[in-house]
Amino acid sequence: MTLSRIQQPVLYLLLILASLAILFPLLYTLSSAFMSSAESAAYPPRLLPSGLHFANFVQVFQTIPVARFIGNSFVVATAIMLGQLITASLAAYAFAFLRFPGKALLFSLFLSTMMIPWEVTMIPNYLTVRSWHWVDTYQGLIVPFIASAFGTFLLRQYFLQLPKELFEAAKIDGCGHLRIFSRLVLPLSAPALATLAVYSFLTNWSNYLWPLLITNKESMRTVQIGIGMLQFEEVTAWNVVMAGIVVLLLPSLLLLIIGLKPLVRGITAGALKG
Amino acid sequence: MTLPNPPRSRSHAGAIPLNSLRVSRWKERLLAYCFLAPSLIVFGIFLFYPLGKSVYLSLFLTDPQGRIAEFVGVDNFTAVLSSDQFYNSLWVTVKYILLTVPTGAAAALLLAALSHQKLRGMKIFRFIFSLPMAVSVGTGSVIWMILYHPTLSILNYGLSFLGIPAIQWLTDPKWALPSIAIMTVWLNLGFNYIVLLSGLQGVPDDLYESAKIDGSGSLRTFFRISLPLISPSLFFVGVVSIISAFQSFAQINILTKGGPMNSTDVLVYNIYQDAFINYRFGSGSAQALILFVLITALTILQFKFGEKKVHYQ
Repeated sequence: MTLSRIQQPVLYLLLILASLAILFPLLYTLSSAFMSSAESAAYPPRLLPSGLHFANFVQVFQTIPVARFIGNSFVVATAIMLGQLITASLAAYAFAFLRFPGKALLFSLFLSTMMIPWEVTMIPNYLTVRSWHWVDTYQGLIVPFIASAFGTFLLRQYFLQLPKELFEAAKIDGCGHLRIFSRLVLPLSAPALATLAVYSFLTNWSNYLWPLLITNKESMRTVQIGIGMLQFEEVTAWNVVMAGIVVLLLPSLLLLIIGLKPLVRGITAGALKG
Repeated sequence: MTLPNPPRSRSHAGAIPLNSLRVSRWKERLLAYCFLAPSLIVFGIFLFYPLGKSVYLSLFLTDPQGRIAEFVGVDNFTAVLSSDQFYNSLWVTVKYILLTVPTGAAAALLLAALSHQKLRGMKIFRFIFSLPMAVSVGTGSVIWMILYHPTLSILNYGLSFLGIPAIQWLTDPKWALPSIAIMTVWLNLGFNYIVLLSGLQGVPDDLYESAKIDGSGSLRTFFRISLPLISPSLFFVGVVSIISAFQSFAQINILTKGGPMNSTDVLVYNIYQDAFINYRFGSGSAQALILFVLITALTILQFKFGEKKVHYQ
């Protein structure tokens, strides 16, 4: 679309207003994180701190085990991401390239899992994990999530778009499926794998209800639960709460900066043009 | 993987004897099932088994340990379906969907359309509009808690300049649900925006060129060309948003706990309370199954009627 000279400034004005509206909660968080506690509890509320009170951040690290929470979330989200990449790429390969009885049925079974809402499985899963004594363990936080129908679907669509001639050539050269999978399909699918990796990491980093249910020990809690703890322990000290949020937001912001491009590209390439 | 490498056959496809062809087909099947096994095992244990178990639990009363105490048949279902609280939750959920889904999709579409232009500085705007995606629902809820604070709210302070009296965002039963909806729209904006933007980017440039030659204005081009072409993305956003609206939990648990006066008591929150606060796993499971039927029916309806209007290339 092209715009006339008059339209351009209007467009920029709209974009800037929209950006301010979207950024406002985050900028206000950042600003409050540097306020003194008197400033953060003042009315009328202040937009900017009088100085940079780094003491808030020190206090965050003293109140909750930030490093432990970030570490836990990182271990859990990374393990789930790797697990999903492995299980989904294997299943997607089978659905894309192998011939076997029951293929259509199994594929619709996979897709149907996307329809089962989490609440239906939540109660029995909690009972299962508890009966295995997996409460307060990493495996309890990780294992239920290491297969992904969404990921299988995404990768299958991508695999099917790869040029067929390559496989014919590889087969004539006598390559077996394991070799084609590991030497040909996986390297060629790097963009789709990156999309799944970013998507999976971000969604699992944000998990809230499951960690809340199956962790009791403070040392096993994740970032999402940790933020809640900050709020309940220091009810009035909003500046400290906001400092905590800034610290806990940094890792996912960093990932979004790195991952935005593969995310946009991957969604265009695979997920929607099924 | 501990699977052995299949032996390399040196001969060309046509020269393989029938016997070894049969062996290789059999191997291919075995390999396929091995490739599917990890996913199937996880789905089996954590999705299909629980689905069955939910049906089973919903027919019983349980003790606080989750052990079966007594068979009650469909009593849990009739109790749920005749309780006022269930219908209140259902109504709250419907209102919540109506408040979040159309507004969320429209806002994301507007931003995607505005920032899709090939102009200077668009990369920065695109990054800003995707930012909420990095904010998890737990973090987002605490941020909005201070924005909605009963005495310190900077939003109320801003409104006071416009002569609008302070709003009790989370404690006024009239405002609590809209407040949570506003926060949720903001939170989901990043994902919706990314999907719609990449949809717009998939529209071939020459279509715009020919529209321009035909003298079509930019608004007209948007509604006549872009919108129909990105309808699959819009449909995707719609389906995903409705499912995720049904599953919204953290913001309600953190901001209102279902109150005030049950005005934000959505179905998921009701199920959570039933099962994990009151330890009525049977009744909670019954509600969860009713929810499952509702979501499935709604999704099927969307595919049946909504997808007809979707334009696939």
